[in-house]
Amino acid sequence: MSDSSIKKVLTQPIVDNNPIALQVLGICSALAVTSSMANALVMTLAVMIVTAFSSLFISAIRNHIPSSVRIIVQMAIIASLVIVVDQVLKAFSYQLSKELSVFVGLIITNCIVMGRAEAFAMKEKPVVSFMDGIGNGLGYGAILMAVAFFRELFGFGTFFGIEVLPLIQNDGWYQANGLLVLPFSSFFIIGLIIWAIRQWKPEQVEKD
Amino acid sequence: MSSKKESFFGTVSFVIIVCLVCAALVSVSAVKLKPLQTANKLLDQQTKILEAAGLLELGTEKGIVATYSQFVTAKMIDLKTGEYIDGNPDMFDERRDARDETKSVKPENDIAGINRRANSAVVYLVTDGSGSVNTVILPIVGSGLWDLMYGFIGFEPDLNTVKSVVYSDHKETPGLGAEVMNPRWKALWPGKKMYDEQNNIAIQIVKGGAKKGDIHGVDALSGATLTSAGVERTLHFWLGEEGYGPFIKATRARGLN
Repeated sequence: MSDSSIKKVLTQPIVDNNPIALQVLGICSALAVTSSMANALVMTLAVMIVTAFSSLFISAIRNHIPSSVRIIVQMAIIASLVIVVDQVLKAFSYQLSKELSVFVGLIITNCIVMGRAEAFAMKEKPVVSFMDGIGNGLGYGAILMAVAFFRELFGFGTFFGIEVLPLIQNDGWYQANGLLVLPFSSFFIIGLIIWAIRQWKPEQVEKD
Repeated sequence: MSSKKESFFGTVSFVIIVCLVCAALVSVSAVKLKPLQTANKLLDQQTKILEAAGLLELGTEKGIVATYSQFVTAKMIDLKTGEYIDGNPDMFDERRDARDETKSVKPENDIAGINRRANSAVVYLVTDGSGSVNTVILPIVGSGLWDLMYGFIGFEPDLNTVKSVVYSDHKETPGLGAEVMNPRWKALWPGKKMYDEQNNIAIQIVKGGAKKGDIHGVDALSGATLTSAGVERTLHFWLGEEGYGPFIKATRARGLN
């Protein structure tokens, strides 16, 4: 395990092997929590923490997990971590937890977390697995923040809650785009992002 | 080693150990963080009540908890008789009681779409500096478009003139129904009268905008017809006989102080 491999697992998931854009995992939460950038940021942190620590723990006990129950053991660890994150959020950021609680609970079923546990942490050493979790959290977060940026700016005229485009209902000039307020608009934005990345890096295009 | 870990007892004991460790982790975090979570919930509620009382600025300046305990008194009432009853308002949970068949009733005319209504309620009396009550705050709940919306009405001491309508918890569509949280919509409420001279419920949400000087009309939210209708029906329910009607009548008769 050299330095370069840690750097690789940290940076690769951001563009080259992005969990949302290339593997098309974790789309559900990417639709639901991207109406504001603050929500997207907190969700990113939550997913990053859960992925990193679940990978760390699973990797630490990977040689002792009986293969017949390995998925359920991974689930138990992930679910416990998600509950802890949710409890911490309720204790320290009540307003955000009121909006995000449902989706934080759903991190348990986020394919990115399970995917990294099964595909990476079951084979690799704890530290590099932890970094892989952080890296995938970053990749997830990069897409989430990009989607949230467009949805919040054109749907509400704000950037992290700060008014950028004054809305007509607040005596401004900007007519908010109602489509972007609704979750399914993320499909279009994620689609465009995937297209843009594949134009830039044609090797990501699947062969027919 | 590998044959041992794949055996029946190896697997079972491994699973039990993992479960115990995970359970311990979850329980410790839940128990340790409980006080902070309860405090947060209370703070959130007190903030909304201060907002309904028009004391939010003072509250942010001097501390929400301090301002709340200085000016606000919570009292339990029986909704059917409208009389004050004994009971600890801090322990009362409207959502829990409304689910309990022994502590709630099914409204005959459930226009607010709440299904069951708790028998008791908490009212908040807000005093000015000298100790006389200047605002009465009544919690309300009713269906919006997607789910129940929880909020408060703040009344002047005549229990007719509105001081504020503040929603605290809802799941309406962002940008449309969620505009019930918009300060500009909330600013339409102060000074409106809920009842007309014959004491009938007169408040209405007017689609396309209330006429200037209409003391019973409030503009509907544009693009949120169903949320607006939900707000109107919620108010009509809670102002009526199955809501705070008896309390309002009794309070007007006996006076607030």
